[in-house]
This record gives sequence, C-alpha cells and structure tokens, in this order.
Amino acid sequence: MQEFMQQMINGLSLGAIYALIALGYTMVYGIIMLINFAHGDIMMVGAYVGFFSIAVLGSNIIAALLFAMLSCAALGVIIEKIAYKPLRNSTRIAALITAIGVSLLLEYVTIFFLTPDQRVFPESAFPLHNYEIAGLVISNKDIFIFVLAILLMLILQYIIKKTRTGKAMRAVSQDPEAAILMGISVDKIISVTFAIGSALAAAAGVMIGLYYNTINPLMGIIPGLKAFVAAVLGGIGIIPGAMVGGFLMGILETMVSGYGSSLYRDAVAFGVLILILLIKPTGLFGKNTGEKV
Amino acid sequence: MLQLQEIDVYYGAIHALKKLSLEVEEGSIVTLIGANGAGKTTTLKSISGLLRPKNGTVIFKGVDISRVAPEKIVGMGISQVPEGRRVFTAMSVLENLEMGAYLRKDKKEIASDMENVFTRFPRLKERRKQMAGTLSGGEQQMLAIGRALMARPELMLMDEPSMGLAPLLVKEIFEIIKDINARGTTILLVEQNAHMALSIADRAYVIETGEIVLAGKAEDLMNSEDVKKAYLGG
Repeated sequence: MQEFMQQMINGLSLGAIYALIALGYTMVYGIIMLINFAHGDIMMVGAYVGFFSIAVLGSNIIAALLFAMLSCAALGVIIEKIAYKPLRNSTRIAALITAIGVSLLLEYVTIFFLTPDQRVFPESAFPLHNYEIAGLVISNKDIFIFVLAILLMLILQYIIKKTRTGKAMRAVSQDPEAAILMGISVDKIISVTFAIGSALAAAAGVMIGLYYNTINPLMGIIPGLKAFVAAVLGGIGIIPGAMVGGFLMGILETMVSGYGSSLYRDAVAFGVLILILLIKPTGLFGKNTGEKV
Repeated sequence: MLQLQEIDVYYGAIHALKKLSLEVEEGSIVTLIGANGAGKTTTLKSISGLLRPKNGTVIFKGVDISRVAPEKIVGMGISQVPEGRRVFTAMSVLENLEMGAYLRKDKKEIASDMENVFTRFPRLKERRKQMAGTLSGGEQQMLAIGRALMARPELMLMDEPSMGLAPLLVKEIFEIIKDINARGTTILLVEQNAHMALSIADRAYVIETGEIVLAGKAEDLMNSEDVKKAYLGG
C-alpha cells in the first residue's frame, strides 16, 4: 500500500505534465481537426526557453515559466499562420504531413543551433527538498508541478467557460460556419487556440526540465506522443477528457515502472492507444453525437 | 436597403446563380420561394458573405459588400437565421444568445434585448441553462431567431424557418416573423412553404435553377396561375 501510494504521488506530477500537453492537442483538434504533431516540439522549445532564461538571464522559476509560455504562444501562432493556415481547405492528410514536417523542423533547427547534447537543468533554479509524510516521500518539485498544473487548468477552464473569447472558441469548434454568422473571426479564434495550447505546452516543458533534470532537442517526441495518447484516451477534442487522460497516462506509467519494469512503460502507453482505438475510439468522454433533424 | 445586381455564383464548375438580381426595400418582408436546389440558400449565403459572387455586386445601404468578410457583414447590420437552425448544441440557451450579441459591447442594452427575447419566447427563458441540443426542433428554431435578434440586425435573412416543424408551430413562427418586421427589422425570407411565405410577404421572387423567373407583389404572385400550379399545389 505504501509503495502504491508512493507511485501514485510520482504519477500525479507526471500525469499533470501529460495533461497540460494533451490539452493543446485536444484544443487544436477541437477547432481545426488537426493533430498538431509539432506540439511536443513546442514543449521542447518551451523547455529550452525556460532553461536559457534561468541559466543565462538568471531569472527565477516563475519568470522562466512566464517567459517560456509567452515565447511559445507566439511560436504557436506563427507556425499556424505559416504552415497550417494555407492548408485550411486542403485535405486533412496534407495538414497532418505538414505538422510532422514542422515537428522535424523544430527538432533539427534546435540541434543545428544548440547541438544535440543534453543540458542539465540548473539545480539552482529549484533546489530539491524532500518531505516525508507518513512514510511517503514527496518532493517540493512534485508539489510545485502538481499545484501549478492544476492552477493552469483552472485558468483554462475559466477562460473557456466564462470569457467571451472562450465561448467563441467553443462556438467555432461546434459549428464554424454558424460562428462566422455571429461575427466571430475564425482566424482570430484559431490563433488564440494555438497561443493558449502552446503556452500550456511550454509550461509543461519547463516542468519536464524540473522533473527529469535534463533537456535535449528530441525530448518532445515521446512525451508528445504520450500526451497524444492521453488526448485520444479522454476523447480527442474534449477538454476534461485530455485532463483525465493525462493523469491516467502518468499514473499508469509510474505504476508500470514501479511494479513491472520501466523498460515496458512506453510499450504500455502505446498499447493503451491500440486498445482505446479498438474498444472505444471516441475515448472515455466521447459520445456518439446524433444530429437532431 | 439591399440590392443584388446580376450576381453570378459558382460552386466549382456549377453555375449556381445566374445573373440574379433582387431588391429588398427597407421595412418590408421579401420572400424568395422555389424548389429544393433552386439556389435559395446560395442567394442568402452570397449576401452574408459565406459565398462570393464571381460577377455582380451586393449593395447594402449603399455600400458594396460583395467583397467584405462575412464576420464584418454581421457588424454592418445583417444577421442570418441559417437553414437547419445551426444552434450551438453543446452550449446553453443563454450562451447561444450571448453569441448572437458577440460583436456588441453595450452590456446594458444586451441584457435588455435578452429580456425581450425571453418575453417573446418564454420557453427559452425556462430552459436558459439547458444545452441547446436538448431543445425540441421548434424551440431550437426560436433560439436561432432569438440569437439572430441579439445582433440587433437591420436586415434579417431567414432560411427555411418552417422546415421540419409541425403545422401549428409553423403558424407560430410566421406570426413571430411578422411581429419582428412590425418592430422595424427588414426581412428576407427564403421558404419552400410558398403559401405561408406569400401570405406574410410584401414582395416575392420565384427562383428556378439559379434564375429569378417571376417577381412581384406577394398577393399578385399568390393569385398567379403559374405560381399556383408550381408551388401552391394547384
């Protein structure tokens, strides 16, 4: 039981990170039906911006987070305008292939300029401290990641449920043409969606830097894919689904590592994708929506 | 108020509207009737900017809007009640109405317009927290009309508001259209239910395969033998 609870705690912070990345996948899919495979790499760029603002500019972790989020919000908007917008009326497969191209571009441009080497996230940014509560080890990093991720998700929920822009985002995702007839600029809403999704990914990138201590230009691939599985698990396009899916994937991964072998954790993650596609392709939160005549 | 001047609209290679002209006078109800696929919805979409005419102009209050972005046209005073209602099914009734007022900033006026919509449609008030997808077809149509009213349009484009509704409801909807017009909104109404449409309209146009084949006062068209045969069931 002790062991189980310990793995649970480890899983919650990893799951919070996956959930943040999965939200970006699901939001973008909800608006333009595109699996943005460059999303994990945007997270990587966020980790690097966070790294440099701590290591070079000497900023504290909060400033580094904000800086990474703002930079990636801008990056996400630019990528959409340059790479995806011209393809808005083409086939979905064309956009998907472009997304893979953008993903590779981000990875190898980063390698070109910053070398493929690992970088160690500065310890000074967040000195590790472990607390022992009832025999369980909880680090200040785990708490920080978990609390921050929950806070960001609450802010996101507020934006989507209560603000004018958030309501417009939902309207566009349900019926873009009807949304235009309300005077909503779909282009603007798509930009906002990319900005928010990318900012959340950037926050996740900085958190991964804290969590694993190292970053590298290809670090976005596996967490990006797992977050994609999380989004599909919850039901792609459904925001609460991405949150739940992210936590489930994080917990599953630490359980597999803890009780089985960490060698299997990636296989299990992608096994989940296969299973969900076989059993319930619409995801845990997805329903088959019937049209009312 | 609105003039379409010889507009040509294409869907790919298909010539959907052929030199179509029509005029809507301020304060009137004008109806465009015709069979399925004749080009009624295409005409409305060409006005609201969702489709672009290849040739010809769309003049609204003296301004050519044929190249204006559709979301800007809403702000100029044209709202559309789209075919099949197209309410946001996973949003509440209240949120749907808020979306109708998306471009407006006058919070107090929006609140009072919302009250007016609720007075007009008490059933929407009862269900204001409910998801629009859970409403009946008639209620959804009322919501679609209420949503369009929230933009305070000068011209309202209505695409088959009677479609799929029970006869009693159809009557109610047409009463509502008359009332909206009486309060100062100009209406361009597209209908397959020619009899109902002609009975409330001032002027009417008949469209066949993308061309206007008849135009005139609604009452004259109602008595025309051609119209009777083709659209009024003898």
